[in-house]
Amino acid sequence: MIPMTNKDLKKVLITGNEAIGEAAIQAGCTFYAGYPITPQNELTAYMSRRMSETGGTFIQAESELAAINMVFGASAAGARAMTSSSSPGISLKQEGISYLVGCELPAVIVNMMRAGPGLGNITPAQGDYFQATRGGGHGDYRTIVLAPNSVQEAFELQILAFDLADKYRNPVILLGDGTLGQMMEPMAGYRLQATGYRLKTKKPWAVTGCKEREPNVIRSLFLKEGVLEEHNKKLQRKFAEIEKREIRYEEKNTEDAEIILVAYGTVSRICQAVVEKARRKGIKVGLVRPITLWPFPYGIVNKLADLKKKFLVIEMNYGQMLEDVKLAAEGKGKVKFYGRGGGGIPQEEEIIKKISNF
Amino acid sequence: MTERIICAGFGGQGIVTLGKILAHTGMLEKRNVTYIPKYGAEMRGGTAHCMVIISDNLISSPLVSVPDSAIVMNLPSLLKFEERLKAKGDLFLNSSLIKKETERKDIRVVKIPATEIATKLGNKQVANMVMLGAYFKQKRIFSEENIFIALEEVLNKPELLSINKQAVKEGMKEVSEKYISDL
Repeated sequence: MIPMTNKDLKKVLITGNEAIGEAAIQAGCTFYAGYPITPQNELTAYMSRRMSETGGTFIQAESELAAINMVFGASAAGARAMTSSSSPGISLKQEGISYLVGCELPAVIVNMMRAGPGLGNITPAQGDYFQATRGGGHGDYRTIVLAPNSVQEAFELQILAFDLADKYRNPVILLGDGTLGQMMEPMAGYRLQATGYRLKTKKPWAVTGCKEREPNVIRSLFLKEGVLEEHNKKLQRKFAEIEKREIRYEEKNTEDAEIILVAYGTVSRICQAVVEKARRKGIKVGLVRPITLWPFPYGIVNKLADLKKKFLVIEMNYGQMLEDVKLAAEGKGKVKFYGRGGGGIPQEEEIIKKISNF
Repeated sequence: MTERIICAGFGGQGIVTLGKILAHTGMLEKRNVTYIPKYGAEMRGGTAHCMVIISDNLISSPLVSVPDSAIVMNLPSLLKFEERLKAKGDLFLNSSLIKKETERKDIRVVKIPATEIATKLGNKQVANMVMLGAYFKQKRIFSEENIFIALEEVLNKPELLSINKQAVKEGMKEVSEKYISDL
């Protein structure tokens, strides 16, 4: 729970789930629909309280399908709208996400990944990388994917997610894992009062009632010959622009490194500890941490591959981002992998052993 | 200074609250802190543990594999975590519920009859706070003022604040009477 007596302090101790919820409120999100699932329930619970405090709408939907389609409706009407879930629930939302992209509607979807496949269990995992970065639903599309690795960054990226969604009229996925959702860290910038956030982006396309103007039509069905192809070309131009402008990553100790660890989210924190430990032993290790998983920072990996660096990709799955690193390295740098799935978390000692055996 | 702590016991012993107060106190001391619960379907009666790191440096990995200190409230938790404790680490045992001696010879053991003390105070639920008091006194890495501020800010039941404070004080007293001199 949020310490309510804490007004004078600059920082509060807060879970990742709660930080994401508060960020949404501060970003002017006025509509949340969701269906409960561990390990993201604190986010749903937080939104139920804060939405009623700030005059927004909170709906516990009857299913994940209903939730994503409620978000579709709210977004079409011009609201900043979001939903959240964990892996099995996100699979259920894929049809709705595809429709959002087809209709060019902004929305923020939070996925606190748990271990699969199927219902799996509630332990942390990164098994949804492919699903998140390759579209996930049917059709030929992409969603921006942001992957925070701390509570503070989760807060900041959640606000960014709403801005990017509106800017490109495309859904944005905030991709965390169970650990990030449950972890508590001190966070700055938290305010207890509603902020009265004013949207910078005007939405002349929204269906707000067409008195004194032509009706706006929002649809993803284009039956007339050639029209869908033109629509797809338009979407692809937008994706190309996102790839050009929105790549974000963090690079640490890469300059003199012989081995570059590539990791995101919680695993990147473990890898940061590994970099520090390995360097104390005199092994030159660096870290590249993609913050946007799509668009993926191909450029920096490619540049480091030109310098004959070796790469060790670490994930909480059996090798998904690995494929992007290989694509980026274009065969110029050796790429190896270590991962654990099903709730297993790669341990510092295991990674150091992999580095020593490289 | 970096202190890595594992708190463990059964669900209902207030392990999560214990960890949150530790982390919160660290934050009040303007240190970096992380707190991760072993979240799960475990409810009252199951096992529960959480990991807390308090550091003057930026905390890279929030996971604790080798703790500097372990606060252990029941026997299954002792069996699970005693071998992970760092050499010369501090093991805080709830001796009301743990009659077994630890196998380790290279650690310091602080035995506190926390459940008995809590029961004497009138509520065995505050055994976690007795352990917390013992931890604070033994480690002496926090100011007493901040400990009690953290207690006020984390506990969301004001009517139980006074007995919790009393429990922390009893835990502190237990350490100052028995342990501090010979360590």
